[in-house]
Amino acid sequence: MSLTRMDNETADTTRAVMSAERKDPRAVRRRRRGAAMGDDSGGAAVRGASKWFVLAGLILFTIYSVGPAWWLIVSATKSREQLYTTNGLWFADFRLIDNIVELFKYENGSFGLWLWNSVLYATAGSIGQTIIALAAGYGLAMYQYRGKGTSMAFVIGSFLIPGALLTVPSYLLFVQLGLFDTIWSMIIPAFFGPFSVYLAKVYAEGAVPQELLEAARIDGAGEYRTFFSIGLRLLTTAGATIFLLHFVAAWNSFYGPLIMLRDRNLWPVMLGLYSWMGRGADSQVDVTTLVITGSLVATIPMVLLLVAMQRYWRAGVTMGSLK
Amino acid sequence: MSSVTDVREHELDLASKRVRRERSGSPRLSWRTVQRLKGASFTWPFFAGFALFTLVPVVMALGQSLFTTKSSGLGFGGAQVTFSGFDNFARGLADGVFWESMLRAGSYAVVVVPLTQIVSLMLALLVDAVTRRVAGRFRLSLLVPYMIPGIVATMIWIYLYSPTVGPFQSLFELLHLDINFFAGSMIWVSIGNLHIWGTIGFNMLILNGALQSVPRELFDAARVDGASELRIALSIKVPFVRTSLVLTGLLAIIGTLQIFAEPVLFRSVSPETITKDFTPAMVIYNQAFQVGNLNYAAALSIILAGVVGIASAVIYRFTNKVGS
Repeated sequence: MSLTRMDNETADTTRAVMSAERKDPRAVRRRRRGAAMGDDSGGAAVRGASKWFVLAGLILFTIYSVGPAWWLIVSATKSREQLYTTNGLWFADFRLIDNIVELFKYENGSFGLWLWNSVLYATAGSIGQTIIALAAGYGLAMYQYRGKGTSMAFVIGSFLIPGALLTVPSYLLFVQLGLFDTIWSMIIPAFFGPFSVYLAKVYAEGAVPQELLEAARIDGAGEYRTFFSIGLRLLTTAGATIFLLHFVAAWNSFYGPLIMLRDRNLWPVMLGLYSWMGRGADSQVDVTTLVITGSLVATIPMVLLLVAMQRYWRAGVTMGSLK
Repeated sequence: MSSVTDVREHELDLASKRVRRERSGSPRLSWRTVQRLKGASFTWPFFAGFALFTLVPVVMALGQSLFTTKSSGLGFGGAQVTFSGFDNFARGLADGVFWESMLRAGSYAVVVVPLTQIVSLMLALLVDAVTRRVAGRFRLSLLVPYMIPGIVATMIWIYLYSPTVGPFQSLFELLHLDINFFAGSMIWVSIGNLHIWGTIGFNMLILNGALQSVPRELFDAARVDGASELRIALSIKVPFVRTSLVLTGLLAIIGTLQIFAEPVLFRSVSPETITKDFTPAMVIYNQAFQVGNLNYAAALSIILAGVVGIASAVIYRFTNKVGS
């Protein structure tokens, strides 16, 4: 029940964002009409025999999507021996707690440190990126000035720069700046996200009316004060979206830390898990159980965050797809 | 001079708020210019960082690629950097290992990306064919792969494929099949399945958004005319999302040319199949950080960017044709 409500809310947000972005009145009208059809009438809903075919297809896709996650959950509860000897898709002796305790104890608690690093990099980077992107997006959306078109072209053009081009020179640059192999190499560059600026600009165009800024000016508020007391408040949704999308991206990042961080105490959790997995069963202790349990522990925060904040990232997804 | 200012200030105290704002900036600039300047200044922090961390590296890559570093003697006494023009590029263009990896990634992209798009479209059509309430029930489960971090997803599948831990092996034994997911002939299938699994939920979400804008009356009209549901899906819904399907698909091909993390993780369990130069990004990484030839790696990066750029241009042409 609550799930359905959440979905409706998401649909509403998405619709609002889309109508803000596209000024095409016909599309808006069409969408409104679609919404007016209501929840159950489902203008597109298939009836009759093919309904069962459709449902069967959906169930197969669901099994395909959820199955590997199920395997991860089940395997994380197994002991080392039972991981190899019992059916991978069903529980044996429930040893999840022991596995987690062992995971955090192994190698003097490396895993806890990596987890903390991931939290630190993702949080600090996301806060910085959100503030800087909201300010830039607000400036690009609300003001007319010379050079605005050019700077917007740079933002959009940078979407096309392949990441592979930047790797080697970024490494050299970071060495020269003294950021290489420090936590700052994960935090400071994360502040500047062109896609977030684009999202903020598109959102600000729809959410902050020019009239409101005029009113604030007449009341004697300066441009900066207007931004901090009015603009930022109207941009809360965009801010949450940017924060969330970057938080997830930073949590999942692999290539950047692999190149920039040599000190294993600075690694984020994904890089740490990779290093354990590479060791495989060759080392004295078989770390497979630890990698599996660690993967589960590193995934749960993401799933909780994304499920709880569905309406934000779905709105972001829709905005992104329309670019 | 000071008396003039005094008089002005006196006047300004009595003047309207708008004039007061003019003074608060600079006496010579109009309030509108100040406002524009302040507006532009909102974007300065971003563009300063953007220039440093995006534009400077691009320029550095171009610079680096034109030089050659030679360590004199047996690694003692520092390295010697000499200008070598386009030597690195000439070497890169003739580098068989690099182009082999490009061909590998390119052919993988050309196969797996359209396949992903087709599967995503099938899924989106299925979700679109049920009532909203039913769709809502499935949607969250279908998005589970999107919520799992890419590295974890790759690890899960590596274990699922594994003959010791994975659940498939007993099934294959039952059916007398001998399938090794890490063998040379299967490795791209294995990675492709991982890619499809990870992206169809997300693509479905985007396509479903596009399908929402199809006028629902069209379906009723088609039904009255006696069209089957399959026919409605193929003749009404698919044309509506075709352009976005082609565009996102082709952009995904560009992304796939740079594939790195998945093969690197597969390499840690099957180094004999996945060589250290398996994809272009791996060649560059290897040159830069294993061999230590940063200049050559920079040149290869530019060549890869060039290939991606040409692909983008071709794609742009192609989609414009499809769109019109």
